[in-house]
Amino acid sequence: MMNQSLLLALPEIVIAASGLLLLMFGVFRRGVSTRAVSWLVVAVLIVATILVLTAPGQTGHAFGGLFVTDRYAVFVKVLVLLSAAVAMIMSLGYIEREQMAQFEFPVLLLFSTLGMMLMISANDLISLYVGLELQSLALYVIAAFRRDTIRSTEAGLKYFVLSALSSAMLLYGSSLIYGFAGTTKFDGLATLLAGLGGAQPSLGLIVGLVFLIAGLAFKVSAFPFHMWTPDVYEGAPTPVTAFFSMAPKVAAIGLFGRVLIGPFGSAIGDWQQIIWFISFASMAFGAVAAINQRNIKRLMAYSSIANVGYALVGLAAGTPEGLSGMLIYMAIYVVMNAGAFAVILAMRQQGRMVEGLSDLAGLGKTQPLVAASFAIYMFSLAGIPPLAGFFGKFFVFRAAINAGLYWLAVLGVLASVVGAFYYIRIVKIMYFDEPREGFDKPVEWELAGVLTVSALALLLFFLLPLPLLAGADTAAAALFHG
Amino acid sequence: MFSGLPILSLVTFLPLVGAFFIFLIRGEPEVVARNARNVALLTSVVTFLLSLELWFGFDRGSADFQFVEKADWIPQFGIAYHMGVDGISVLFVLLSTLLTPICILSSWEAITVRVKEYMIAFLALETLMVGMFCALDFVVFYMFFEGVLIPMFLIIGIWGGPRRVYASFKFFLYTLLGSVLMLLAILAIYFELHTTDIPTALVHQFAPSLQTWLWLAFFASFAVKVPMWPVHTWLPDAHVEAPTAGSVILAGVLLKMGAYGFIRFSVPMLPDGSAFFTPLIYTLSFIAVIYASLVALAQEDMKKLIAYSSVAHMGFVTVGIFTLTQQGIEGALFQMLSHGIVSSALFLCVGVVYDRMHSREIARYGGLVHRMPRYAAAFMLFMLASVGLPGTSGFIGEFLVMVGAFQASSWVAFLIATGMILGAAYMLWLYRRIIFGKLEKPDLQSILDLSWREVAVFAPLAVLVLWMGIYPVSFLEFMSPTVEKLLAQHQAALSSPPAPGMADMIQSSWKTLTMALD
Repeated sequence: MMNQSLLLALPEIVIAASGLLLLMFGVFRRGVSTRAVSWLVVAVLIVATILVLTAPGQTGHAFGGLFVTDRYAVFVKVLVLLSAAVAMIMSLGYIEREQMAQFEFPVLLLFSTLGMMLMISANDLISLYVGLELQSLALYVIAAFRRDTIRSTEAGLKYFVLSALSSAMLLYGSSLIYGFAGTTKFDGLATLLAGLGGAQPSLGLIVGLVFLIAGLAFKVSAFPFHMWTPDVYEGAPTPVTAFFSMAPKVAAIGLFGRVLIGPFGSAIGDWQQIIWFISFASMAFGAVAAINQRNIKRLMAYSSIANVGYALVGLAAGTPEGLSGMLIYMAIYVVMNAGAFAVILAMRQQGRMVEGLSDLAGLGKTQPLVAASFAIYMFSLAGIPPLAGFFGKFFVFRAAINAGLYWLAVLGVLASVVGAFYYIRIVKIMYFDEPREGFDKPVEWELAGVLTVSALALLLFFLLPLPLLAGADTAAAALFHG
Repeated sequence: MFSGLPILSLVTFLPLVGAFFIFLIRGEPEVVARNARNVALLTSVVTFLLSLELWFGFDRGSADFQFVEKADWIPQFGIAYHMGVDGISVLFVLLSTLLTPICILSSWEAITVRVKEYMIAFLALETLMVGMFCALDFVVFYMFFEGVLIPMFLIIGIWGGPRRVYASFKFFLYTLLGSVLMLLAILAIYFELHTTDIPTALVHQFAPSLQTWLWLAFFASFAVKVPMWPVHTWLPDAHVEAPTAGSVILAGVLLKMGAYGFIRFSVPMLPDGSAFFTPLIYTLSFIAVIYASLVALAQEDMKKLIAYSSVAHMGFVTVGIFTLTQQGIEGALFQMLSHGIVSSALFLCVGVVYDRMHSREIARYGGLVHRMPRYAAAFMLFMLASVGLPGTSGFIGEFLVMVGAFQASSWVAFLIATGMILGAAYMLWLYRRIIFGKLEKPDLQSILDLSWREVAVFAPLAVLVLWMGIYPVSFLEFMSPTVEKLLAQHQAALSSPPAPGMADMIQSSWKTLTMALD
C-alpha cells in the first residue's frame, strides 16, 4: 500500500524534492541565481498544479490515514498553488530592487506552500499540526526577510510570537480532544460524534474544539484573533504581504472547513454559534476599522479581516452549499487581492516604494489603465455587480439564508455597505482628487500581466461562472459524503 | 422590421460595444475628445432607432411579456438570462434610449475634460438602465439595478460641482444600502421558488407573513431610489452637484427605477404586503409632496428647486401606484414618463443658462425673455407641463392619479391636490424671477439665445410633451392591458382577512386619524 500512498502525495513529494534540489542549486551558484530559482519555483508550482489535477490515484487515504486526497483537497490545493505562483511572479522585481534577492526567499516560499498542501490534506490532528508548523516556520522567516529594516524584523517577530501562541492553543485544543475522544484521527472523531446520536458530547471535547477554533481563527486572522494582521501586513516586505493575503489564507480557510465539517460535522450545534459570531464580528470590525486607515497595506489587512468574515458566513451555514460558497468566495478573493497587490507593488515614485493612500491621487489621469484595474478590484471587493466579488457575496449569503441564519445575512450585507465606503474612497482618490506625481513608468511586465488578467477575470466572470461554481460544488460535496 | 433578431439584447448591449470602441481611441487629446463624442452620439442614436422596433412591433392588446429571450446562465441555481418587456416596462426602455443621445448632445460643449471616460460612462449607464427594464430574472435585474451605481458615482464625482465628492458618496452609499436588503429578499424568494425567474415569482402566492418581510426589504431599496421622504436627502445633493446630463439621466430614468420596482414587484407579487403597508406609503407620499413643495418654494438654487419638485412629483407617483386602481397605476406610469421628459428638459434649461453664466442662483437672473425669446418659450412649455397644465403631459398623469386617489379616499385626493397648488406656485415664481421683468443685470446684456444644437436637444422633448398631453391614448394603450391584468391578479391573490396584530392596529389608527380630519 506504500506505493499507493506515494502516488496520492505525489504533488507534495515533488514540491519537497524540488525544494531541496533548489536549495542545493542556490547554495552552489551563490549570488546570481535568485531569478533562476524564482522561475524554477514557479515552474515547480505549476507542475504540482498539473499533478494535483491529473494525479492517477486521485482520491483516498494515505500513510495510515494521516493524509487524505479528495476533490475538496484538489480544489483548495489548486487555489493555493496558483496564488503562490502569482505571488512569486509578482515579487521578482521587488526582491531584486530592494536588496532581498537571496535565493532562500523563493525556496522558503516553496516550503511554506508545501506546509499548506499538508494542512489541506490533513486527516489527523497530528498531521494538521505538522503541516501548519511547516507553513508557519517558513512564513516567520520571509516576514522578516528584509532583516536590515526595523519594520520587517518587527513584523517577523510579532508574527512569530503571536503565531506561536495560536499554535499552542491549537495544540492544547488537540490534546484535550485526544484526551476526551481517545483518537486524533478525523475519521475516528467523526464516527465517535455521529455515534452520540444527537446527545451532547463531553464538555472536555467541546473545550478542546473551542481552543482548536481559536487557533484556526488566528491563522485566518478572524476577529478577535486578528490583532497581528495590520502590523504584520504593514511591516512585511510588500510581496510577502501579497503572499500572506492569498495562499496561507486560502489554506487556513480550507483547513477550517475540513476540520469543522469533517470530524466535527455532527457537532454543528456546538460550533455554529462560535463561527456565527467570529464571522459577524470580522465583517463588522474589518469594515469599521478600515475607514481611518491611511496606509494601503494596513487597509488591505483590515479588508482581509472583513473578507475572511464573509467567507466564514458560508462555513457558519454548515451545509454543502455554504462550503461551496466559501470556496467560491476565496477563489474570487484571491484574484481580487492578486490584482490589488500588483498595483501596490507598482506604487513607486522615483524608484522608492510608497504606501500612502494619498499617493494614489489622480492616478486616473496619470496612469489610466492601472487606475481602471484598481477601480475594478475595489468595486469588486465592495461587491457591486456585475463584477465577480458580487457573486462571492451572493453565494455565501444565499447559503446563510437557506440555513436560516437570517440575522447573519442581514448584518453581513449591512457591514458590506460600510465596507463599500472605504473601497470606493480609493476610487475617489484615484479619480476625483487632483493628480500628484504619478508612479514610475512603465509598470514591470510581470505586474502588468497580473493586473490585466485579474481585472479581466473579475470583469468578465459573469459570462462564464459555471466552471468555478461546479468545481466548488464538487469539492464541497466531497467533504460531506467522503 | 427586425423580426428574428434578439432586439432587447441588441438594444441593451449595443451601447457597451460603442463604449468599447471609445476605449480603443488613441491620439491627441482634441482628436480623442472629438471622436469619442461622435462615436457616443452615433451609438446612442443607432440604439434609439433600434429600440423604435419596440414601439412599432409591440402588441398593444396583449398583457404578456414580449420580445422574450431566454438562455441558460447558471442553471443549477435556476438563474437564467431572461429578457422581455410588457406594457409597464416597454416605454421606459424607449425613454432611456431617447434620453441618452439627448444627454450626449447636451454635454457636447459642457464637458471638456476627460471626454473619453465621460462618454464611456454614459454608454455603460445606458446599457445598465435598459437592461434593468428588460430583465425578467431577479439576479439579472439586480445586476443591472445595482451596476448603475458605478457609472453614476463616477459621473457625479469626476465631472460634478464643488461638493461632488460628498454628493457622490451619499448617492452611492444610500442606494447601496437599499439594494443590499433587496438582495436578501431576492435570495428568500429563490428559496421559496427554487428559481429567480420573475414571471414565475409574479404568479406565486407567498405566505402573508413572508410577504411582510419581503415587502419591507424591497421597500428599503425602492424607497431610496424613488426617493421617498425621509430617505430623499441624497437627491438634492446629487442633482445639484452632478453635471447637467447627469441630472437629466438621474431625474429622467434613475428615479423611475424605484417606482418601477413598486409596480413590477411589490404590487403584483406581494398583494397582502402592499395592502398592509398602503397607509405607510400614503403618509410618506403626502409628507413628500407637501414638504418637498414647501422646501422648493424656499430655494435659491434652480437645480435644487427642480430637485425638490422631483421629490414632490414622485410622491404623486407612489400615491398613484398604491391606490391600486386602474386609473391610479396608469396615472403613475404616465406621470413617470412625463416627469422623465419634463424634469429632464427643465434640468437642460438650467444647464443652458449655467453654461453661459456659470451660476445657478436664481437671483443672478431676470428678464431673460428680452435676450432669449426661444429659450423663454421652451422653458415655459416645460414649466407649464411640470405644473400640470391641460394639453401637456403633466396634466394627464396628475389627472389620472387624482381619479384613482378619489376612489381610494377623498382625503388622499385632497392632500395631494394641495401639493399641486404648491407646485404651481413655486414653478411660476421661478419662471417669473428668471425670465420676466427688466433685464437689469449687466452681465446678462450679452447672453445668447439657444443655439441650433440646443434647439435640437429640446425639440424632441417639446414634441413629446405636447403629444402626450394632447393624444395620451397612444401611450396609455401600451399600459392598459398590462395594468388590468396586474390588478386582476392582485385582487385574486389578496388573502381575504387582513393580517391580524400590528396590521389592525395601524389600520385602525389610520381610520381614527382620517375620521378626526373629516
